[in-house]
Amino acid sequence: MAKQEKQAIDVDRVDKIVARHASREGALLPVLKEVQDLVGYLPEEALKRVALGLGLSLSRVYGVATFYSLFYTTPKGKYVVRVCESAPCHVQGAPEVIAAIERELGVPFGETTPDGRFTLEMVSCLGVCGVAPAVMVEDRVYGNLTPETVIAVLQEYR
Amino acid sequence: MRLFRAHVLVCAGTNCSLKSNKAVQDRLVREVERRGLADEIKVVETGCFGLCEQGPTVVVYPEGVLYCRVTPDDVPELVEEHLLKGRRLDRLLYREEVPAAGAAVSAGPKAFQTVPEMNFFRGQVRIVLRNCGIIDPESIEEYIANGGYEALGKAITAMTPAAVVEEVKASGLRGRGGAGFPAGLKWEFAAKAKGDTKYIVCNADEGEPGTFKDRLILEGDPHAIIEGMALAAYAIGATQGYVYIRGEYGLSIDRLQKAINRAKEMKLLGRGIFGSKFDFDIEIRTGAGAYICGEETALFESLEGGRGEPRLKPPYPTDSGLFGKPTAINNVETLASVAQIIANGAKWYRGFGTERSPGTKVFTLTGDIVNEGLIEVPMGITLREIIFGIGGGVPNGRSFKMAQSGGTSGGCLPAALLDVPMDYDELAKAGAALGSGALLIMDDTHCIVDIARVFARFFMHESCGKCVPCREGTFRLHEFVENATKGKATPQDLQTVHALARTMALASLCPLGQAAPVPLLSTLQYFRDEYDQHINEKRCPTGTCRGLATPAKALSAAGKGA
Repeated sequence: MAKQEKQAIDVDRVDKIVARHASREGALLPVLKEVQDLVGYLPEEALKRVALGLGLSLSRVYGVATFYSLFYTTPKGKYVVRVCESAPCHVQGAPEVIAAIERELGVPFGETTPDGRFTLEMVSCLGVCGVAPAVMVEDRVYGNLTPETVIAVLQEYR
Repeated sequence: MRLFRAHVLVCAGTNCSLKSNKAVQDRLVREVERRGLADEIKVVETGCFGLCEQGPTVVVYPEGVLYCRVTPDDVPELVEEHLLKGRRLDRLLYREEVPAAGAAVSAGPKAFQTVPEMNFFRGQVRIVLRNCGIIDPESIEEYIANGGYEALGKAITAMTPAAVVEEVKASGLRGRGGAGFPAGLKWEFAAKAKGDTKYIVCNADEGEPGTFKDRLILEGDPHAIIEGMALAAYAIGATQGYVYIRGEYGLSIDRLQKAINRAKEMKLLGRGIFGSKFDFDIEIRTGAGAYICGEETALFESLEGGRGEPRLKPPYPTDSGLFGKPTAINNVETLASVAQIIANGAKWYRGFGTERSPGTKVFTLTGDIVNEGLIEVPMGITLREIIFGIGGGVPNGRSFKMAQSGGTSGGCLPAALLDVPMDYDELAKAGAALGSGALLIMDDTHCIVDIARVFARFFMHESCGKCVPCREGTFRLHEFVENATKGKATPQDLQTVHALARTMALASLCPLGQAAPVPLLSTLQYFRDEYDQHINEKRCPTGTCRGLATPAKALSAAGKGA
């Protein structure tokens, strides 16, 4: 049942978002972003409404939705934890920070904790390399992390 | 106008905002009010000051005293001591380590210096960053007071579009996004292209690991981008501009949007700018997390609402770019240089830098370096001057092993090349690139093969998958390096990797695949012995690669032993 509830989307509101952007050139990305903010992710039904509203094929809309790392076609946890493991973070101790996060959350990268609280993701670069190693939880970035401080950060979201 | 006896500048760049700068600023304002100093002392929120490692930073003018790692709890004492009693608060002062000539930094005595005296600033020439950390980025008045929009006024009222193109051409300004193509020439092509509708696009999809200059320019001086784009639009005959910013750069998007709104209110954007017939407007579009969209044609695809996959060139963007129209696309830093060139002239600009790479370059210093952060220096300065002069050297008494220039797609330079001049052509000769201006410094505790694995994994992850050489090649390069870190690579693999790298460089559709082998090849060129140790002797000299034998000496040196 819980799964079905998640699938139910507010079609009217999705249509309104589409209508507001429909006249803009290249509207698909801004539309998908707003729809995801509304629904939490991009379920197939929402993609169909977007395709219909913008006069695009569903395959094109799906292709775009799955291309970008900030779009999700499956439900994600309440908080997305984005961990940078690019070279500048790596050099400043990211491997130890990552090991601590994996131990704390108990799930590998790309997966969501069983309680639905955290989705753990590896990302390429958060652009705050001056305070590496860095982690982003939802919209907030945390820098100069150690295995100890990153656990404290995650505790804030428990 | 009110005059203040002191200005307290609080850095509000992203890196400092991760360290509770806002709480420091709020506390400062409250404390200044509580002590009845609000008429005498002004607290200003600025863009990035550059010393990210030391943040949050607070600078008190007129003296130029820099306080570091300030916490909200430090504020009452800071106000009492410095602003009330006129004494410096010793324990928060920035102290520069002064290395003896040629020596490692760890031993030298420490000295207090004001901002203008600091090694960190003395070696810098700030043209692009001239307002960063100085003005309130959310105040158009402060930008104008510091000479802002004068260049645009001059261009529109006293110069023809062709004259603007000529001036930028004469300045020798080259694209700061990495490729180094002459900006004036790009504008000339776009200006001469046939078509009524043309676009100017600002590439702010800064995704190169180790690079955060565009973010901090956008946060610290957003009006400089608007003015640069308006100048470009006037020069090529565009009426609409787009800024494509990474979706992760929330503060940049916010500050730029506020700046655009203010510029519109002041009629510096919109219809009939400066009473002329020149109309120009700017719209922000945000990315959705794809490194490849920093490539210009992939960026167009994304802006048009598609998958960010690069197009085949030609046609070049200046003939057929965004929505198939002639488009000039420039990097943030390039556009931030333009207003200064128009205001002061090409000859002035050529007074900085080298003959073939005039002007200044913004670098971001990361890794094992004392002053991690943001700097701007004349082109042609040596790597040694940047790292050991401005950067303060390698911390913890370790020695320098290598620097990667230009981000993850750049080449790695060993100690023997520390005196290479940092400009487009000299770096290319050394097998590296100026690229985005990222400088990642590594000390002798790091394993070359392990870091090459990190580079390779990045490209495997970020390849868009459109063309085979890149999609399959990045996967195989990563496989090779990962095997090497586990002692499973063979000498035969090395030959295969070289052949594969050549194929990728020649046959990949865009610079991502063409550049993906560069970091691997440069580490093979300069640190071949370390690869041989991993491959032939199954041994990791730094003890980083677990599962391989490690000499006891390396274990204790790296602090990894029992």
